[in-house]
Amino acid sequence: MLIGKPPDIPSSEITSRDDYFRYLSRRRFLKGAAAAGAATLAANRLAPFVAPRAVQAGTKLQTVPSPLTTTGEELTKYDDITHYNNFYEFGVDKGDPAKNAGGLPTRPWTVKVEGKVAKPLTFDIDDLLKLRPLEDRVYRHRCVEAWSMVIPWVGYSLSEFIKQCNPLPSAKYVQFLSYYNTKVEKWTYEDATINWPYSEGLRMDEAMNPLTLLTFGLYGETLPNQDGAPVRVVLPWKYGFKSAKSIVTVRFVEKQPPTTWNDQAPNEYGFYSNVNPNVDHPRWSQKTERRIGLPFYAQRRTTLMFNGYADQVASLYNGMDLRRNF
Amino acid sequence: MKRSTLILLKTLIWIGCLVPITWLVLSYINNSLGPDQTAEIASVTGLTAIWLLATTLAISPIRSLSPRLSWLIKFRRLLGLFMFFYATVHMLTWLGLYAGFDLTTIETDIEKRRFIIMGVTTYLFVLPLAATSTTWAIRKLGGRSWNRLHMLIYLAALTAMVHYWWKVKTGVLTPAPLTLVLLVLLGVRPVLAWNRRRKARAAVALGTASKV
Repeated sequence: MLIGKPPDIPSSEITSRDDYFRYLSRRRFLKGAAAAGAATLAANRLAPFVAPRAVQAGTKLQTVPSPLTTTGEELTKYDDITHYNNFYEFGVDKGDPAKNAGGLPTRPWTVKVEGKVAKPLTFDIDDLLKLRPLEDRVYRHRCVEAWSMVIPWVGYSLSEFIKQCNPLPSAKYVQFLSYYNTKVEKWTYEDATINWPYSEGLRMDEAMNPLTLLTFGLYGETLPNQDGAPVRVVLPWKYGFKSAKSIVTVRFVEKQPPTTWNDQAPNEYGFYSNVNPNVDHPRWSQKTERRIGLPFYAQRRTTLMFNGYADQVASLYNGMDLRRNF
Repeated sequence: MKRSTLILLKTLIWIGCLVPITWLVLSYINNSLGPDQTAEIASVTGLTAIWLLATTLAISPIRSLSPRLSWLIKFRRLLGLFMFFYATVHMLTWLGLYAGFDLTTIETDIEKRRFIIMGVTTYLFVLPLAATSTTWAIRKLGGRSWNRLHMLIYLAALTAMVHYWWKVKTGVLTPAPLTLVLLVLLGVRPVLAWNRRRKARAAVALGTASKV
């Protein structure tokens, strides 16, 4: 079962990441793991924090549990989630964003809402944080490059935000634009030839699906810059690049909006880009994936249809040929 | 060159060429191979192989700068064999860690994925070069045909380059510096050959003139 009981302790009662690990280890212990095993596990998981690498200090967030969280998966280490990133505005190597994203100015930050809405709006990030209770949601994350993680995000359903935007009936799609400033992001022109700003888009019903998360944090704290601070979306059933980071504009539109990777290589990255083990990327198979943070001989695992979220999202695509609309 | 200098230099090259693989092994033991160990192994072995290939290609042009650099040739075979070693580990990474030694997966990869086709092609180009690297093989083949066979390295350089470009995402420029180096090393060869012919002609002309 993919969607399980809410965690028995909300992470708002937890004081630090270390405790978060202890809490997760404790739960695993209660599930029947041997005491010694759980202790070793806890020790292994705490090890990276004895001498943590440079990470912007996160601010703790008040959170509540969510029935939409994924259970039964071992979480990817915080250190890996924050040092293995695709955020090309800050360099094309996986380690680049952690090194280069320090200059991203996350305060003050506003999100502009425009296009097919009753009236254009601007939201301040601190108001967005208070709009709805922040939920702990563990999601599997599957990159189009065939690697995957399990990430404890913090946020609320994007639908809650969209309701506040009063989109018109003519709004069929929603487009997200990411922060773009060559003064802060010189890698945009040094490392790649891409049309910036980064643009992503969803069909309205995809955006309204409760799994679609407007995300402000991970591991109970505000997002580090390299993970898309201060606000991003997360779509666990789609390849990672669909989950736009550091969002500054939300635009409601009538027609399918242009999206960055689809523009860059339409034969490789479809507009939908749902995780689908039956449709290979032209350059590699999507049948399997490499779980990040495991030893090389244990990384390989089978990729699930819609990344294992078929129960929640398959109905969005009824009657669609997912080979053509990949 | 003194025998002791030669041995010293060869030892240094051995040490230098063993650095990447030693680093991989030590990082694995230390658990510092990074979040994606499979990708790290593939990337380190692939990049080392392709840069060693560029190094072997640099030897001839550098030698032609001055007769005093002719001793450089003594190290080309060693560098070439290390290139083959890393190419082999790179290949095994794909076969084992990506395809899980599964024949169907390997077949599909070769049929459908152009960057893998380019990678395998490159490996097939350098395989006979490694196989004929012994002094015995050079004698057996004769210098002329050995030289002709080993011109495959130029093709290998080109296919390796294409393999790298096709591997990265469209629009990503990471392979650019290596491409520049390889293109210079390949492009300088016809120029040097033309220069040699010109000098030879001049020498002949000079010889004829002095006889008159």
